[in-house]
Parts: sequence; C-alpha cells; structure tokens
Amino acid sequence: MTSPALELRHLSKRFADRPILDDLSLTVMPGEIMVILGDSGSGKTTALRLIAGLETPDDGEIWIAGTHVAGTGRWTPPEKRGVGMVFQDYALFPHLTAAGNVAFALHAEAAATRGAHARALLERVGLTDAANRYPHQLSGGEQQRVALARALAAAPRVVLLDEPFSNLDARLRRSLREEVVATLRSGGTTAIFVTHDQEEALQLADRIAVVRAGRVLQVGTPRQLYNAPTHREVARFVGDANFVPGAAAGERVETALGTLTLRAPTNGRVEVLIRPEALTVQPDLDGGAIVMAVRFYGHEQALDLLTDDGSRLTARARPDREWTIGVRVRVGVEGVVTAYPL
Amino acid sequence: MQPSTLLTPRPSARLARWGVFVLVGGVLALLLLPIGLLFVEGITFTPDLWARLWATSLPRMIVNTALLLLGVGAGTCVIGVGMAWLVTGYDFPLRGIFDRALLLPLAVPPFVMGFVYMATFDYAGPVQTAWRALLGRDAWFPPIRSGWGAIAVMTLVLYPYVYLLARASFREQAASTFDAARVMGFSRRRAFFQLVLPMARPSLIAGVTLAAMETLTDFATVRFFAFPTLSEGVVRIWEGRMDRAGATELAVLLLVFALLLITLERALRGRARYDQQGSAGRRLTAVVLTGWRGWTAALAPAIVVGLAFVLPVGRLIAWTLNEIDGHIPGTWETIYGAYIGNSFTLAGAAAAITVTLALLIAFTEKNERSRNRAGHRARALRWSARLATLGYAMPGAVVAAGVLLVVAPIDHALIAAGVIGGLALTGSIVGLLYAYVVRFMAVGYQSVSASLERIKPSMTEAGQTMGAGQLRIARRIIAPLIRGGTAAGVLLVFVDVLKELPATLLLRPFGMDTLAIWSYMLAAESFWQAAALPALTILAISLIPVAVLMRIGR
Repeated sequence: MTSPALELRHLSKRFADRPILDDLSLTVMPGEIMVILGDSGSGKTTALRLIAGLETPDDGEIWIAGTHVAGTGRWTPPEKRGVGMVFQDYALFPHLTAAGNVAFALHAEAAATRGAHARALLERVGLTDAANRYPHQLSGGEQQRVALARALAAAPRVVLLDEPFSNLDARLRRSLREEVVATLRSGGTTAIFVTHDQEEALQLADRIAVVRAGRVLQVGTPRQLYNAPTHREVARFVGDANFVPGAAAGERVETALGTLTLRAPTNGRVEVLIRPEALTVQPDLDGGAIVMAVRFYGHEQALDLLTDDGSRLTARARPDREWTIGVRVRVGVEGVVTAYPL
Repeated sequence: MQPSTLLTPRPSARLARWGVFVLVGGVLALLLLPIGLLFVEGITFTPDLWARLWATSLPRMIVNTALLLLGVGAGTCVIGVGMAWLVTGYDFPLRGIFDRALLLPLAVPPFVMGFVYMATFDYAGPVQTAWRALLGRDAWFPPIRSGWGAIAVMTLVLYPYVYLLARASFREQAASTFDAARVMGFSRRRAFFQLVLPMARPSLIAGVTLAAMETLTDFATVRFFAFPTLSEGVVRIWEGRMDRAGATELAVLLLVFALLLITLERALRGRARYDQQGSAGRRLTAVVLTGWRGWTAALAPAIVVGLAFVLPVGRLIAWTLNEIDGHIPGTWETIYGAYIGNSFTLAGAAAAITVTLALLIAFTEKNERSRNRAGHRARALRWSARLATLGYAMPGAVVAAGVLLVVAPIDHALIAAGVIGGLALTGSIVGLLYAYVVRFMAVGYQSVSASLERIKPSMTEAGQTMGAGQLRIARRIIAPLIRGGTAAGVLLVFVDVLKELPATLLLRPFGMDTLAIWSYMLAAESFWQAAALPALTILAISLIPVAVLMRIGR
C-alpha cells in the first residue's frame, strides 16, 4: 500500500489564545485533489500555512510523503519541504519577468537550462508569449497561471492553493478552474485547495474536507457530501438546504410535507434535510403553501414558498412554467431524506 | 488576520527576534533622547535666565518668528496654489516646461537665495545703483533689510512645497469633482473656490507646514536681512557669547514653536489624508488660452521661475567665473577640494547611518506589524518610529541643543573617569552626525518604508515554498525591491545634510568647515563673489533629486 502524500495528525494552533485549529486530522492520497472548504475564520488557511511550514503547530504532527516534517520536536523549514504554493494574492515578484518568477523555483538546476525549462513550464499552463513580461503587464488570469507554473516548477510532492481563483471574475474563474485541474491531473500532482466557495469545491475536488471552527466536520466525495451530509452545518454549507421539523420512527418520518423515507433509520424528534430539487410543486387551490417569490436563472428557477404552518421553503422548478406570486401550490417530496436529531 | 512575517517564524528565531527588538528600541531611544531632554530642560524653569533674555531681545525674536511664519505661510500659499491651478486648469504656451521648472527653486538653499538677493537689491547692489542713476541720488526704494525682504526671499524659495502638493491634489482629485460641479451649474471660478480648493486643503496644509518648518530652522537668511528670529537668536547667543545655557533655553522656546506647528497641522488637516489616490487618472480639461491671453498666462510662471531660480543661478555662475579668473592658478582648487571633502564625508556618513538605521527600524516595524498588528510591540514600535521622525520638524538649532544635552554629560563623565583627555564626542564629528541622523531620520525612513511596503509577506513566503533559504530571499527578492527606495533615501539625506546650516555651525568640530559653512561665512562678510562657488556646488547637487521629482511629476 502506498503511503499518503500528506497526513495531518491532531493538529492544533492558537493565536493570541484564540484556538484556530483544534485537533484537526486529514489524510490525502497521492494524486488526489483535496479541497478544504470552510468559512473565513474556520482555520482553513492556517492549515495550509502549517503544511507549507509558514507557521509552526502548537500540537500534532505533519507528515509529507511518509516524512515527519513538523510537530513533536520535528521542524523542517518551508524551503526543505518540497511543497509548492499558490498564494491568494499570487505573490509574484514584481521585479522579475514571468519566466524569471518561474526560474526562481528552479535554482537547483544548472543556470543554462533554467530559462528553457521555465519557458516550458509556462507553456504547460498556456502562457507562451508572456515569458518576458513583468507581473504588472499581465492580466489577473495570466498572473494566476504564472503563480501556478511557479508552484509546479520544482515538481513538488504537494501543491497548496490558497483561494487561487478568488481575485478573478466569475467567467474566467470557471474556465481557469478546469484548466488548472487538467494541468494538475496531467502531472499526477497531489493538490490541496482551500476555498470558501462551495461551487468551486464541488467542481474541483476528488474529496472535500468541510472545516468549521478548526475541526473537520466531514470528509468525502462531492456526491457523498451533497447527498448524505453528516452534519446540519455541512448540509447548509454544501448546496442549498431546507430543514423541516419531523417525528422519526425507524425508516419513516412524519413531517408537514407528508410521511417521508429516511436514508438511515432513527427515532424521536428530528430536523429533516430536503434539497430544493427534491421538492415537487404543483398549482393546487387546496395546496398547503403559496409562492412568495420567483428567481429566474435560465436553466431553472427557484421558488420561495410559505407553508400554512409558517415555515419557508425553497424549491427548484423547470424554466418553462410561469409562476404567479401568491398562487397556492401543493408541495411534495421525491426520494429519500436525511434527518438530524434535535 | 493571518500573522505572517517577512522572515519566517522558526522555533529558534525567538531569541534573535528579541535581540533585534531591543536593538531597535535602543536606536529609537537615542533618536528621541535629544528632543526629550530639551523638553525636560524647558520644564525646569530658570527665572533669572529668562528674565535676562526677556529684557534683551526675546520679545522681538518671538514677534519676528511669528510674523515670518505668517508671511511665508501666506506667500507660499498664494504663489504655490496660484501656479498649481494655472498649470493644471489652463493651457498656455510653454505650460509643459513651466509645469516642471516651477519646482527648480527646491534646489536653492534659502540662505543662498538670501545673500544673492541682498547683493542684488541692497543699497550697493546693481538694482539700486541703476535706480539712483535713473531717478537721482535720493530716489525712494523699498527697504531691503527688513522683514518684508526676508519674507519675500523665503517665499520665493519655499513655495514649491505648496506647489508640488497642490498640483498633485488638483490633478488627482479635481477632474471628476470639477466636471460634476460644472454639470450642476457652477462656474469655473465657483467650482474652484468652493470645491477644488477645499478638497485640496489637506495637501495645502501639508505643503505650508513643510515651508514653515524650513522657515523656522533658518537663521542665516533672516540674519542677512537683519530680522532676528528665535533660530537666529539661538545661534547668536551660542556662537557670540558662548552662552550655551542661554541658547538652550531659547531652543526650548523654538521647540515650542515647532510643536505648535505640528499640532496646528494635525488640527487643520483633521482626519483627511493628503495622499488620496486619484480615481481613473483622468486629467482636468484645461481651458486653452491662446494669443495674448496665453502669453500673459505664461508670464506669471516665467516671473516666478526667473526670480526664484534663473536670477540666483545666473548671479552665482557669473560670480564664480569672476572668482576663478581672479585667483592665482591652483589656489582655489585646494580650498574647494578640502571643503568638498568635508561636506561629502559628513553627508555621506550621515546618509549611510541614517538609511541603515531607517532600514533596521522600518524592517523590524513591518515584521512585528505583519506578525501581530495590534500587538504591544508592533504598537510601541509604530509610535516611537513616528515620534523619532519628528526630528524633521525640529529646527537645526533645536536638534543641536538637544544633542549637546545628551553628548556633553557623556564627555564630561569620560574625562572625569580619566578615559580621555579632551571632548571626545562634542569635539568630534560624532555629535554632528548624531544631530544629522536625528534631524533627517524622517527623510530616510519615509523612503525606505515606502519601498518596504511593496514587499508583501506572501512574496517571501512564496520564495520559501520554492526552496529558497533566508539569504537567497534577502538577496534576490528583498534587496532588489528596496534598492530604489534606499537609494532615494541616501540621496535625499545627503542633499539635506549638504544644505544644512544651523546644526553644522553649532556642532562642527574645529576645522570641519563644509561647503554650506564656507559659503555662509563669506556671505555674512559680504564677500558675495567668493561665496558663490560653494553655493553653486550645493545647488548643483541639490538639482539631482529635484530632477527626479520633475520626471515623476509628469
């Protein structure tokens, strides 16, 4: 069995007596793309900085490719860890050209081959003509690519990417994400992204680790996280979520929307997660809800509903039907649901 | 929120960090000590000394200082704002040249301007001689040796401070405001007075304050014009009567003026910043003046530049050529060489020390700040650095008096202990260099820390994740990025020391005469022609940073 590319064992870190990371553990396999997803203040960036060696852990251990690099008396400085990092602000050196920035990472190589190698790396990220330009002469997307080429230059064992797309506009962000993932996959590179953007996480990741208050809530594939979140917070964070109260008995749960089937049996008072696309909405004069607002997105539309018992729900509907605000509807639920004990 | 530093936290670095912190604390304490001791000196009241000063010329000095500040403040404001608005709001022939040429007087030391004007417009000068030849022996001529003369000369040489900042403000802020005002039905005149000018207020106040600081430190110009001020008084009592206690008391009063100036600036400027970034960089649409209107508009800056730069430089060149002709071949070069050597030694050493210390302070401050912005250490460093750079607002005579308060007791203690025979610090260039560093730390610090701000902590971190060690990061990333700012700091301090007069005069060791001292001494004895060469030398070197400024200004 291959050893993990990265292992974080019970990491803790405090700043000025405020716990930032609290017993955080995570394992990343070689070639895997792991996304650490969390709100600002969740500790996700600190985790990344600890891996890079830019911070020291207060407790716990960090192992990179089977080597113990930090914690319990060990300390490998960042320049010896063999990691690459793409910073949120890219941190390009303003006094060096794009090629110079990449070549900076190639100092172990002979000076003669460095320039050609840097150019080849820039080519790999689709920047053939920009080699001799300075960072301020590059667009945001180009700067981002230089930062990536630079991080990959020394063939690191792990590449760390700290919110790498947050400074780009939405359209560019989507296309660059795909490019970056393709580049990483073609090299079989192990990568760890940090982001607060769930759409980005779902699109990029092999696996996602949802982090909150310095702890990992759940690790899983995007599908697992979306369909079977183990925590209410995860459900709310990944995708949109409706919660309705219910009374569970084994595989069944009674709710205002009828009797539903549970994914995992439980008993007692619960809160039931229903994804907006699991709701079916039909115009019905005797229905139990009314349409409060409609948001049209093109490929679908979102309906805000108010049920007669006063709870609010969001549902998705096909784009072809026109919904009138105030119209009375009947709401149903498709598929199995997940419940959380209250 | 995330702490990060220029140099990474290594578990072993804690001790080194403490060491650096203590070192920087010591440097800052040394920078603050002279002014601090002078302040304490002022609190310990000595009535008989004050009574003596008061009975003699003190009231007049205070009134003169206040009048001079008011006059120069008003004068620089009018000329500075007027010229700035003329070159930004209007287009006329040669605007592009005058736009930059108006900065040239920055290179003229005030005392040089003072003696050139004295030589030119005083009773025996060419202007009055011609006047009398034209209108008869008893023709009236405004009195030159007066407060008016001093105010006029200082205004001519100091208006560029206001001009520079006002022009930047008009350029960066005026365009969109001005357009908006015009759309709302304001006339150009009303838009200027009700919007553009008030918006430029922080810049104007900053510019006038700089001019006022220069005014406060000057003793030579006012001496030429027989208009004794506090700075002049400190130098006179120190030099003439060798009465250091009296001079120190007077310096305290001068310190109060300087502090008032700083307080006034803060109060007037309020919360406004004067370095507001312009929006899209769009310039104001200038009104094109053609024909006789255009040439009339061009006349105003022509007169200002002519009076404030062309006239003094022209006279200095003419005098210098005469002087060199009149000498026995070979003699003036040796004198000149000696003074240049002294000046460059002092200026070079002061610039090197100042910028090195500035780098140390700025680097540590930035490191602590990025580590923990609100931490005690970061805050303590930030505030003491801010205080330590107040030396620039202190007149040279004040700094000299303060430095003496620090250094003289050390000297006496060393003599008492039998370590040395004579005055090791007071009698050497150590005291003088100390004074230069205190006085010009702000200049070095600002250039250095501005360039340090370009380095984001993530850049050095990126360097590390790419496998670079501390040394390589320092050499390949930090050094290239701060090179420009450091060079600028060295150049600016160098030029400032070259021009400095009061502190040099009071603290120079025997035989350590500089270009400025040489020029001033000869001018004080009305040897204008002989005073021209050193003055011209200072002026020529001072033109280097002005030329850089003129390029940036475009």
